[in-house]
Amino acid sequence: MNRSGLFWLFLTPVLLWLFLLIVLPHVDLFILSFRTDEGWSLENYANFFTEPIYWLTFVRTAVYSIITTLLTLVVSLPVAFYITKLSRPRVRGFLMILLLLPFWVSELVRVYGWMILLRESGVLNYLFLQLGLLERPVEMLYNDATMIMGLVYTSMLFMVVPLVSVMESLDDSLVEAAYDLGASKICIWRTIIIPHCKPGITSGAIVVFMLVLGNYLTPNLMGGKNSLWFTEQIYNQFIASFNWNQGAAFGFLLLALSSCIVWVGLKLTGQKLGEVAS
Amino acid sequence: MKKKLVFALLALFCLAGVAQAQETLKLLTWKGYAPQNLVDKFEKETGIKVEVTYSNNEEMIAKLRATRGAGFDLAQPSQDRIASVQEQFGIYQPIDYTKIQSDLFIPSMLEAVKKNTQVGGKSYAVPFCWGTSGLVVNTAQAGGTTSWKALIDPQYKGRISYRLKRPVLIGLGFALGYDPFALYGDEKAYGEMLDKIEAELIKAKPLVKNYWANGDQLLESVRSGEVTVAEGWDNGGWKLHEENKDIDFVAPSEGALGWIDTFAIPAKAKNVDAAYKWINFMLRPENSGAFTSAEKIPTASKGAGPFIDPAFQANFDRSFPQAVIDNIKWYPPVPAKLEAMEGKVLDRIKAAN
Repeated sequence: MNRSGLFWLFLTPVLLWLFLLIVLPHVDLFILSFRTDEGWSLENYANFFTEPIYWLTFVRTAVYSIITTLLTLVVSLPVAFYITKLSRPRVRGFLMILLLLPFWVSELVRVYGWMILLRESGVLNYLFLQLGLLERPVEMLYNDATMIMGLVYTSMLFMVVPLVSVMESLDDSLVEAAYDLGASKICIWRTIIIPHCKPGITSGAIVVFMLVLGNYLTPNLMGGKNSLWFTEQIYNQFIASFNWNQGAAFGFLLLALSSCIVWVGLKLTGQKLGEVAS
Repeated sequence: MKKKLVFALLALFCLAGVAQAQETLKLLTWKGYAPQNLVDKFEKETGIKVEVTYSNNEEMIAKLRATRGAGFDLAQPSQDRIASVQEQFGIYQPIDYTKIQSDLFIPSMLEAVKKNTQVGGKSYAVPFCWGTSGLVVNTAQAGGTTSWKALIDPQYKGRISYRLKRPVLIGLGFALGYDPFALYGDEKAYGEMLDKIEAELIKAKPLVKNYWANGDQLLESVRSGEVTVAEGWDNGGWKLHEENKDIDFVAPSEGALGWIDTFAIPAKAKNVDAAYKWINFMLRPENSGAFTSAEKIPTASKGAGPFIDPAFQANFDRSFPQAVIDNIKWYPPVPAKLEAMEGKVLDRIKAAN
């Protein structure tokens, strides 16, 4: 067998996998999204724009995802900087493992962990009561702030890892030279470190944004009664209302609208997707 | 050497083939409906291996709809969710009642399920167990609560929990003076009732602690004292009563909502014989009794009484005097259109601030 024959032999399973298990179902869903009980129509897509609850939920989800992404970036930059520049090489691996460790258990378990800590009869309230810091237990779960904190926590790793890999290539002497020339810390971050990290920031931000937007568990369990997330809307259409057509339309709208947001984000910061990917 | 290897491989394949040939029963059911000891007993008795998948009404329907009724040999949907689903998607096959030992069942319940799951002159289910939705109350803090209205009562601010699904809408409908089941046939009137319920629930939303998503979450909230009034199932209330005598199930004065969970056979079931065997096995008095004692869910089996743990009987008698039983509002089969309307209402309540 010649080389190209071998090449195709090994490629076939991958192509079959992609086509049968990923492309075909999506085509099926795409067709579903244009159908109603009465036949072909754009009604499912029109519903999204005419029924305020649907697009308001999407706007809410998108805004919170953007806030979460920004917060994750703010939290991750110092962490990544410490790991790559300040810690000793032997400690570095250990720190990375510490970051990875929580991801060895499933998201569900991590979220339940937070719930045990934060609930009204939970660990934190008990501690504060014992220390006399609180007079009566406070409910810390079921509000938007807690939900965003949970989302930042679950997505931090996906920001830190790309940041670490770009910061490793940052030449220390640039920072040192800036110090010698009297630049302030803020100035160094603004003009040297962040511009250098741009590709890492962009790819990290895209991953985190998409993960948060598509998250289902954390908003549902930690956000409580006010946290209608767009993914839950899709789940409801499929499972509770038996309306697969509407659910499929929402799925594609989520895909299209989130891609738009990423595209706008890239434009605003003057980045190109090709550069980020490489 | 090579020969030996080939031989070993062949032997392995044969073994795998034999293992494959063992009969299996793929069961799609609720948590707790197939206790391990009964599964073991069934496997020993018949040699059929039971594979259990846990689910709920909505997911059962979605799963079977995705495969057009394949992948499972037996499912256990609630009786009110069968007829309209069967009409729309055709995911079940008619029950052959000659293969069912009908003398094992409480006759009235078998007849009711037959009637409610009828599509095109054929019936699609037999009953397995039943129960009610009502209130789980911590009487130390919320004594004397007997109405669905407790869920919108400012007195219990921050101590209320319910599942944002059908039962709370229906329950509140009764509390507001409607008869939701009588309005099933009248879409417009039903919609008006839903609007009223929606307004009430949104107005009372600040009083709610959380919307519980699964039974364990409800039990934990009530157990820890964070929630004192909740919408819940009777068996959940009884489980908590065992740990804390203050907590109990209360059937609302408007009537607890009664459900019957059934056995239905998916359209493309592979092992229909095993499915019938499982049904007849589970309805046998001693097995039904063991199930009821463990899960605190009453069964549709006629002679199970002597095999039921007296503690369960005590729970049942405390919560369900005859008058309360007579007042249970049984879910009639729900029309598909109404479910879509309810879905939108529930979404709006969840999104409201």
